[in-house]
Amino acid sequence: MTTPHAQQTTDTIPHELEKATLEGRNKVLTFWLFLGGESVLFGTLFATFLTLRNQVADGPSASELFNLPMTAAATFILLVSSLTSVFAIQAMHRGNKKSLSGWLSVTVLLGLAFLILEIYEFREYMVHEDYSMTTSAFSSAFYTLVGFHGAHVLFGILWIGILIGQLAKKGLNVVTAPKIYVSAMYWHFIDVVWVFIFTVVYLLGKVA
Amino acid sequence: MDWLTTVDHKKIAILYLVAGGFFFGIGGIEALLIRVQLAKPMNDFVSAQQFNELITMHGTTMIFLGVMPVIFALMNAVIPLQIGARDVAFPFLNSLGFWTFLFGGLLLNLSWFMGGAPDAGWTSYTPLSTNAYSLTHGVDFYTIGLQIAGLGTLIGGLNFLATIITMRAPGMSFMRMPMFTWTSFVTSAMILFAFPAVTVGLVLLTFDRILGANFFEVSKGGNPVLWQHIFWIFGHPEVYILILPAFGVISEVISTFSRKRLFGYSSMVFATILIAFLGFMVWAHHMFTTGLGPVANALFSIATMLIAVPTGIKIFNWLFTMWGGQIRFTTANLFAAGFIPTFVMGGVTGVMLASAPADYQYHDTYFVVAHFHYVIVGGLVLGLFAGLHYWWPKMFGRILSEKLGKIEFWTFIIGFQLTFFVQHFLGLIGMQRRVFTYLPNQGFDLMNLISTIGAFLMGVGVIVFLVNIGITSRKPVGAANDPWDDGRTLEWSIPSPPPEYNFKQIPLVRGLDAFWKEKAAGHTEMTPSEPVGPIHMPSPTILPFVMSLGIFIAGLGFMFTSDDFGNSFLNFIFNNYIVTGLGLAVTFGSMLLRSLFDDHGWHIEEDELNGKGVKA
Repeated sequence: MTTPHAQQTTDTIPHELEKATLEGRNKVLTFWLFLGGESVLFGTLFATFLTLRNQVADGPSASELFNLPMTAAATFILLVSSLTSVFAIQAMHRGNKKSLSGWLSVTVLLGLAFLILEIYEFREYMVHEDYSMTTSAFSSAFYTLVGFHGAHVLFGILWIGILIGQLAKKGLNVVTAPKIYVSAMYWHFIDVVWVFIFTVVYLLGKVA
Repeated sequence: MDWLTTVDHKKIAILYLVAGGFFFGIGGIEALLIRVQLAKPMNDFVSAQQFNELITMHGTTMIFLGVMPVIFALMNAVIPLQIGARDVAFPFLNSLGFWTFLFGGLLLNLSWFMGGAPDAGWTSYTPLSTNAYSLTHGVDFYTIGLQIAGLGTLIGGLNFLATIITMRAPGMSFMRMPMFTWTSFVTSAMILFAFPAVTVGLVLLTFDRILGANFFEVSKGGNPVLWQHIFWIFGHPEVYILILPAFGVISEVISTFSRKRLFGYSSMVFATILIAFLGFMVWAHHMFTTGLGPVANALFSIATMLIAVPTGIKIFNWLFTMWGGQIRFTTANLFAAGFIPTFVMGGVTGVMLASAPADYQYHDTYFVVAHFHYVIVGGLVLGLFAGLHYWWPKMFGRILSEKLGKIEFWTFIIGFQLTFFVQHFLGLIGMQRRVFTYLPNQGFDLMNLISTIGAFLMGVGVIVFLVNIGITSRKPVGAANDPWDDGRTLEWSIPSPPPEYNFKQIPLVRGLDAFWKEKAAGHTEMTPSEPVGPIHMPSPTILPFVMSLGIFIAGLGFMFTSDDFGNSFLNFIFNNYIVTGLGLAVTFGSMLLRSLFDDHGWHIEEDELNGKGVKA
């Protein structure tokens, strides 16, 4: 499906700028492969969590601990940020640099909001509930799985933040386009992982 | 300095070879010390603790730091040449992968000088590897060192995947790819899906040991068997990650020196893929005695035995390749031919071990030790020696001495059989593995002595190889493009060693065994697929080295975060994660630099290419 916008600009820039060079194509391909490896990484963390999720020792269990409305809000924020990163890539395909960096900035801000909520959540558990990594096998698995995801979000924020700077300095070209495209792929991936975390950790924890 | 900044795949191959050879030497010395200790009953050459450290480090070093990098050396040296590419897809990442591997390996071996090496076995089974039973920092060196080295392996694997998918010369379809490239491709895919699992396992163990987490702490609800599952879901594929490239080498060497096309090429390809797939499905055969129950044991037993089918296909294809060929027994081919019976024997004991009820008898005896050494030394190491002798002229432009090579082969393989053949029987009559000594007159004494003598004979073989390298390196560079005269694949169509751009013009591939096909048609060179033009080259850079150094510092800092140094300054910088932070800052700082400053590389111009010429 080609949009009228894309057709308008075919004379000036390639339709998919990120795949215009061999290096760009290599980057996109390798990033898909890398995400395959990341899936194994999170898969192993999920398996660990599922094994240990009822091993609460004498600490609190999931249903006593979690605050669903807040996590649902965080989920909503992260899902919207995935949408805004799609808008960013659409803007890139139209060749609209201003709109691109605008949507990327919105994505970063939403990611930041998500991260702040998560830090707040962790602090609540640690300070008010005295619930830490060392409490039980469940707590170790919980903090490790959710924390790994949080670290991925943090990395994504820094990465896309730098790319916004690069875009301003160097413009939209065959060097920057693959980087932006790949970072958007990364952002979708951590979003999908979060959907699984929300389901497996929070929803399942609340009902069990 | 040139070596610290290089991004050329051929130089990185040499770096991998040197580093891998160095660690291989350390692992070998550890093996000899183990054999000295076991040469006679009630020996007190080393203490029980030192023995635990030796076996742990021998296994870990050989698997992760010895053979793995030598495989990567061959892959780096050969893959781009075999597929007709000027370089790998990401030269920068290639260099980064090497340096992270090296710093990880150095970190692991620092443990010898910093209070004790890891002592929980190369599998680091919990709870043996938890703080309660492993008192020194040894296991921390294991978890963090392997983490860093594993990162390098993963980066390397990704790079090869991309290289093989996108950078094959025109006409080289997947089903025209040389067998070594094929097995490397499948190996890289296995690395991609196996290594992240061990990454998580190592993180969990690190958190248990350093942050007081409870993944494996039973009193807080942890589960030690979880470690075994995570370790082996990586560890079993790892065995095939190691052996598949050796299969590739054997395929190349046997077909070259039989002057015949590889028999059953497409069945070889599919057997490789099938082995890789099944390799992921059988991890619990290491865990028959943990009590998974008869259903799980039966399923994993059958799945394991299934691997014998594609492996058998490969063995018979090699035999049929030799059948009726004009065989030349060069050193490389001797190693390849020696590989076949030895590896078959390792496979047969593998089927014995795969039978769950029988495994209850063999478990944790020397029978197991004999089995995996037949596979890894008798399979992989013989394969690597074959590959090194075969590609040495291409890598260095000098042919290794055949006379010394043959001495090396015979001492090594006789030593190998002496060492490990008797261990089958030691295991069957009840000698346990991992035990630092044994009582006299149980029937173990003579066989252990034979085994030790054999180990030293293998050591002699390796020394002969080193002497051979030393003598050869004094000879001038002067190997022909195709020093074996029967080269079949693209790497033999260019000078030895190749110029830094590999191919002046990317060749056009017109069939399987591309160069052989051209030679059969009466040509001496490949038909080019492009006119001569300027060649784009990536610039050398120090950043990969600095990035890896940063990770190294961060890892070392993290390891000591809960220590009391008895020195307020040291306590302050370690216990507040300052050293860790500093290391990470170095790494992320250089990532930022890499990101901010674009590097467009440079060009080799046309007249320069013509000046150098393509003929050697």
